[in-house]
Amino acid sequence: MEERWVRVGIESRLGDNVLTTTLETMINWARKSSLWPMPFGLACCALEMMAVVAPRYDLARFGAEVFRFSPRQSDLMIVAGTLTYKMASVARKIYDQMPEPKWVIAMGACAISGGIYNTYSVVQGIDQIMPVDVYLPGCPPRPEALIQAIMEIQKKIEKGSFEKKA
Amino acid sequence: MTESSTTNTTHLMTINMGPQHPSTHGVLRLLLELDGEKIVKATPHIGFLHRGVEKLAEFRTYHQCIPLTDRLDYVAPFSNNLAYALAVEKLIGIDVPERAQHIRVLLCELTRISSHLLWLATHALDIGAMTVFFYCFRERETIYDLFELVSGARLHTSFIRVGGVAKDLPGGFLEKTRKFVTEFPSRLREYETLLTDNPIWKKRTVGVGVISAEDAIDYGLSGPSLRGSGVNWDMRKSEAYSSYNKYHFTVPVGKNGDVYDRYAVRIEEMRQSNNIVHQAIDILPKGDITAHVPKVTLPPKEDVETKMEAMIHHFKLIIQGIRPPKGEVYASIEAPKGELGFYIVSDGSSKPYRLKIRPPSFVNLEALPKMVEGRLLPDVVATIGSLDIVLGEIDR
Amino acid sequence: MDSEAIAAVIKAKFPKAIVDSSIFRSELTLVVEKGYITEVAKFLKEDKELNFNFLSDLCGVDRIETDGVFEVVYHLYSIDKNHRVRLKVPVPSHEPYIPTVVNIWKTANWHERETYDMFGIIFEGHPDLRKILTSEDFEGYPLRKDYPVDKRQPPTLYDTYRRSKE
Repeated sequence: MEERWVRVGIESRLGDNVLTTTLETMINWARKSSLWPMPFGLACCALEMMAVVAPRYDLARFGAEVFRFSPRQSDLMIVAGTLTYKMASVARKIYDQMPEPKWVIAMGACAISGGIYNTYSVVQGIDQIMPVDVYLPGCPPRPEALIQAIMEIQKKIEKGSFEKKA
Repeated sequence: MTESSTTNTTHLMTINMGPQHPSTHGVLRLLLELDGEKIVKATPHIGFLHRGVEKLAEFRTYHQCIPLTDRLDYVAPFSNNLAYALAVEKLIGIDVPERAQHIRVLLCELTRISSHLLWLATHALDIGAMTVFFYCFRERETIYDLFELVSGARLHTSFIRVGGVAKDLPGGFLEKTRKFVTEFPSRLREYETLLTDNPIWKKRTVGVGVISAEDAIDYGLSGPSLRGSGVNWDMRKSEAYSSYNKYHFTVPVGKNGDVYDRYAVRIEEMRQSNNIVHQAIDILPKGDITAHVPKVTLPPKEDVETKMEAMIHHFKLIIQGIRPPKGEVYASIEAPKGELGFYIVSDGSSKPYRLKIRPPSFVNLEALPKMVEGRLLPDVVATIGSLDIVLGEIDR
Repeated sequence: MDSEAIAAVIKAKFPKAIVDSSIFRSELTLVVEKGYITEVAKFLKEDKELNFNFLSDLCGVDRIETDGVFEVVYHLYSIDKNHRVRLKVPVPSHEPYIPTVVNIWKTANWHERETYDMFGIIFEGHPDLRKILTSEDFEGYPLRKDYPVDKRQPPTLYDTYRRSKE
């Protein structure tokens, strides 16, 4: 039968071909290129997180612009801001609700270590309640820095073994 | 549907909105008791971002408190800096040079625009208008560029200091600002074409979240949330601080006290702020950017690097801090969200004995149940958006 | 009205209630006897000339070390007349009770809850005196001077993480 479709993108150059690769590379590639972040915006850093999806920084270029407010649909938790003890159980619950595989970015000084808030109500770093993959320093970190953090997560996914995470 | 199921109103359902919810603007939690779609009772729960700022301030010198103020209403850092600086200046009793006052006005009005833009972006996004979000963030980035130029930071500027401002305006700042304020009215018209006469927008906002003028005052509302109900009270007019009496602007006032009126008030406020920035660029006088009061303000940086006494003075002031007289003051300003006040009790030492912040959002949020009870569930989202709350200053 | 005139009017009306009055940086402060606060507040709001219809702020100050009292501080403003006054009410620290002003200004509700939460001052007649900022199981009153700034109360947090790890 005659082919009627138009070839766009890479297949226009390669034509009908078979590419061989390992399953792991394939799955890791798919995972890293379509991260769905769960924006856990707590404080000031959330503003910079919003700036990242806005036109100038445009996170869509990295395939991670689909912010999902439901943890059950996402695989990357960006904890942006100060975590207090009152909020901690909520944060942990949301982390638990995310399906595996999942990754966590601790965005900003407060999420990393409590920042300037060495007080009675602030958790001194979110790693006390959940494992963290990338620590992103700054108060707040610039949007470029958040993009870099997401790229680091992508590198980590690429290098990792998909079996262990899954 | 059978008749019995429509008349059965005894089954109330309690749902939990937040603290992790896209339209609560942070970590606000609402307990809603519903009768079908109708809200019977709404109870806000706050404190999920309570960071203990007031306690922490008691262990910081007066200068070290400035970074803490940035992080209260993190959408409007300059306003917070200004309110705090005014309180300390009042406590010590110093006058700020004219140039510094006008720089403060300029930056605070830019802040107001940027804060209202964030409100518009998120408010519209909550109601379902995504385009506005992208448009507003385009302008916000331009304002952030200006902030970065002047203070080196996008968000937490800590630029307004006790006695003046940290530095003079950098070269090219005024030209860039003028370019922005010349462009901005056309951008504002763009947003208005999207929303102001949009029938969907009006259906979601007109007659929603109504609060009368008397109730608004009784509940302590301030800022655009109060003016939306028709009360003409703007502290830039009534208690003109920082040379606001030299500027010409009008205070937009609503009529019905609904979400739409608060929207209209803020849109017009952006236009007025834009006007004020224009005027500030025109009348910006030459002169000092900080008062010269020994033991309060830092000596100029050039002197510190060349003169022995200036260096010692600088060192002592940084290490020991300011020692204001014993007493107590309350200073407040018209922040983008309403009356932002700082109450400082001094015992004569270099740290505040007590620092109380009067956050506008905290008080404005208190009126939320009054506005939404008896209305439908989707109105809650519209009303929260129209109050323009920031949890950083509600919980402190 | 200027500060002196306001002070004169209130003193003439309540000669017994006003313990002390002072003007610092052109701000009028009146110290009010605890038992009279409702009466004084009502008068300040309802008097046509004073017309203090707006309660700006209400907070507590810990003065236990010097005077053995808490101070409850009211900042009043009149939107129509454009003048301000500050009321201070000393409350003995061993029995920290004071009548509420919620029925005079509705906005006092959350302010009083916050003062209760931070200092443990009990507002008699308050419709709903619960903690507002700290979590429900938080013990102590963080803004009292004897509460250490970094005394944390993380009850279940560490357990949550450990349990999930095991």
